[in-house]
Order: sequence, then C-alpha cells, then structure tokens
Amino acid sequence: MPEAIRFALAIAAKDIRAELRSKTALLSALVFAALVLVVFNFARDPTVLAASDLAPSVLWVTFALAAIVALNRAFNIERENAALDGLLLAPVSREALFVGKMLANLAFVGTVELVTLPLFTLFFNVNLGRALPGILGVTALATIGFVAVGTIFSAMAVRTRFAELMLPVLLLPFMVPPLIGAVQVTSRLLAARPLSEMWGWVRLLALYDIVFVTLCVLTFSAVVDE
Amino acid sequence: MPSHDGAFLLEARGLHRSFGRVRILHGIDLSLGPGEALAVIGPNGAGKTTLLRLLAGLMRPTAGEVRLLGQPLGRGNHHARRAVGFLSHQSLLYDDLTLLENLTLAARLYLLERPVEVARTALDAAGLADRAGELPRRLSRGLIQRAALARSTLHDPRVLLLDEPFTGLDAMASSRLRDDLQARLSKGLGLVLVTHNLSDAWELASRLAVLIHGRWAADEPRSGTLEAFLPRYQRLAGA
Repeated sequence: MPEAIRFALAIAAKDIRAELRSKTALLSALVFAALVLVVFNFARDPTVLAASDLAPSVLWVTFALAAIVALNRAFNIERENAALDGLLLAPVSREALFVGKMLANLAFVGTVELVTLPLFTLFFNVNLGRALPGILGVTALATIGFVAVGTIFSAMAVRTRFAELMLPVLLLPFMVPPLIGAVQVTSRLLAARPLSEMWGWVRLLALYDIVFVTLCVLTFSAVVDE
Repeated sequence: MPSHDGAFLLEARGLHRSFGRVRILHGIDLSLGPGEALAVIGPNGAGKTTLLRLLAGLMRPTAGEVRLLGQPLGRGNHHARRAVGFLSHQSLLYDDLTLLENLTLAARLYLLERPVEVARTALDAAGLADRAGELPRRLSRGLIQRAALARSTLHDPRVLLLDEPFTGLDAMASSRLRDDLQARLSKGLGLVLVTHNLSDAWELASRLAVLIHGRWAADEPRSGTLEAFLPRYQRLAGA
C-alpha cells in the first residue's frame, strides 16, 4: 500500500478511536440534531405548512448545523499537547494528512446523518420509500464537499482565539451552494419527480466536490505550516 | 565535526525568523556532526525554542536554510524528515489514546514495520511497560515526559532535538535519559539540547552555544569546569 494511503488511514483511525473513547463530537452533534428536529417539528403549524413542504429544508439545516458541531472537534484534538506537531514532523505529505483528517470527518458527519435520518422520518412523518437510495446518494455527494471545506477551515480556525465561533463564520458561506443543491434534489426525490429535473443540481454538487476537494488538498499545507 | 562522507548531519545557514515586525533570530549559523552534542543555552526569550522548531522543520525560516543529511529540509524531503527526532515543551501525545496507542500511532506515522511491537519496546525502554494501557491525562508530568521522550526516539533518529528534556524527571529517570543519550551519541547521533539546566547541559554537551536576543553570543567546545564557565555565561546573559 502506498505510504500516503497508509498514513492517511492511520490518521483517520486515530481520530475515530479517540472519538469513540471521548464521544464528545458525536454525542453533542447527535443531541444537537435531535434538538433541531424537535424544534422545527413543534414550531411548524400543520394547518398552514405541510410537513412535506418543509421537510427537505429542515433535513439539510439539521445536517449542516450538526456537521459544524462535529467539525469543530476535528482539529481541537490536534491542539491538545501540540499533537499536530507530531503529525507535521512525520515524513509524509501534508496532502495525506488532509485526506486522513477528511476521512475521519466524513465518518463522524456520516454517522450523525445516518442517525438523524430515521429521526427526521419519525418527526416529519415522511415516507422515504423508493427515494431512500437517492437521498443517501445526494447526502454523500453534498457531505463530501462541505466536509472537505470544513476540514480546512477547522484547521484554520483552531489557531484563532475564538475557534468555535470562527468555524461557522468561515464555513457557512461555503456551505450554501451544496446545501441549495441538496435541498433541491431532496425535495424532488421526495416528490418522486423524474431524474431529469434534478440532474443539473446533481452535476453542481459533483462539480463542487471536485473543485473544493482538489483546492483543499492543494492549500492545506499553507494552512498548517508556520 | 563532519560525518565520514564530509557532510554534517545538521546544518543551518543564515537563519532568520520574524513574527510580524518582531525579529526573533538574526542570521543563525549552526552545524552538527555525528556524535556531537550541542547544548543551546540562553535567557528566556532568546529564541531557543524558535531555533529548535526551525531545525525540526516545524517552522519555515524568514530567510536562510536548514540542511539535514546534506539535503534541504523541505516538506517534500521525507528522507531528511525521517532522520529527525523532536521533543518539545509539550508531549505531542493524544489525551484520548493510551500510551501504547500513542506510540503505535507514532510508529505508523514513521511507517515502521510492526508498529505495535516497536511501541511496546519503546515503552519498555522508558520504564513505562506497566503504564502502556493508561491515558496520558491520568499520568504525572514526569511519566508524560518519559513517554514523550520515548515517542521522539522510537524511530531511531540520527538527529535529536530536545527542548528541556529533563523537565519533570526524577533523579533515576534523568540518569537513565543521560545514559541513553550517551549511548546514542556513541553510535553517531547528533544532539541539539535546549535547556536552562546548565549542569545537565554541561554533563552531556560536547559544545555549548549561548543564544542572546536571537544571536550567538558564544559557540565553543566544552572545556574547563562548569564553575569556571558560569560567571562568563552570566556576563553574556547580562545577569
């Protein structure tokens, strides 16, 4: 196995192991996601707004906010005891380090999304049915893009005094394109619309992933090196 | 002292480093051969830690160059990076991983074969075999320092950069560390030791360099006694 892949997998496995032991990011993100769903559910007047009209937006607002909570942890773990220095000293490329951190973040955010999805169907009484594979696909597509951007901004924000505040400030504007695309695709999937109606949005999501994953990999060393 | 092939293990030429308008280091030159132990001493704020971070490749110089094993210490030069061991003020250990997991990770980062075995051996050598399953946050400062030292040397580096390595160590652990470093020096290790503890530095070093306000105030082979050197150092440091 190439050195860079071994290194990236070691970083991802380390993050997952540490998170499984502390459970700080996962638990807080899951509680936060459940809370957002509860609030939206009870704040909605069912006589004015049908659940199906609101559901795609609520789902993606929940995913996005829960992801920010999870991403905040991504580089906090590296700040403790200057552990990031230990990674930067290692004889492997910064690109591999970014990929490792991103893989771990994808695992965290993906887990939060997988747990949130059943809660969402429960609260909003949405029958995913045949739309489920499509919803999972668009979730993966959108998540890859904003997790890539979130990983690099998390590395940037952790060096600032107000890291927890800085991450959403930096990340939210970059989350807008994938969130709009994901909401559009999700609403059409739930309404069982034909694929041709959502294809343009799917292409936008794929393009966003390609552009931002590439940019993040290339710029990561400038962010972490002093 | 250069190595047998004529190259120094570690060489720095004209190192400058600034943070904004504040200049920390002013044109530092340094060379280190196999078996040589350079103790860098100086008052607080002299730039010792910044110098060590530049030598480790953790920081880029504003000007100048660091060469390891004759090659520039660039990000892409993995061969040179593999040759460096670094101990900082902080342990570089993850609080949510056990000591064994931390050292196994370090072995994986250096792409060593049988990482778990390497980690166990390093912990054993540091006298931490019975603490392998414990989390760093539950350990004393001295035990963490021993684990950090084990982490910094488990890939058998050719150049070791140590920032206050004796901090928190008891007499027995200090003695064990001195013995271990002496053994490594006799095998050709190059050691740069930053410390405020002059007696430790004196015992280990073959050369002493005094850094004052980011400039060398002295760089010379160790000679004579510590008692004779002390008044001179105090004059240089402006004490």
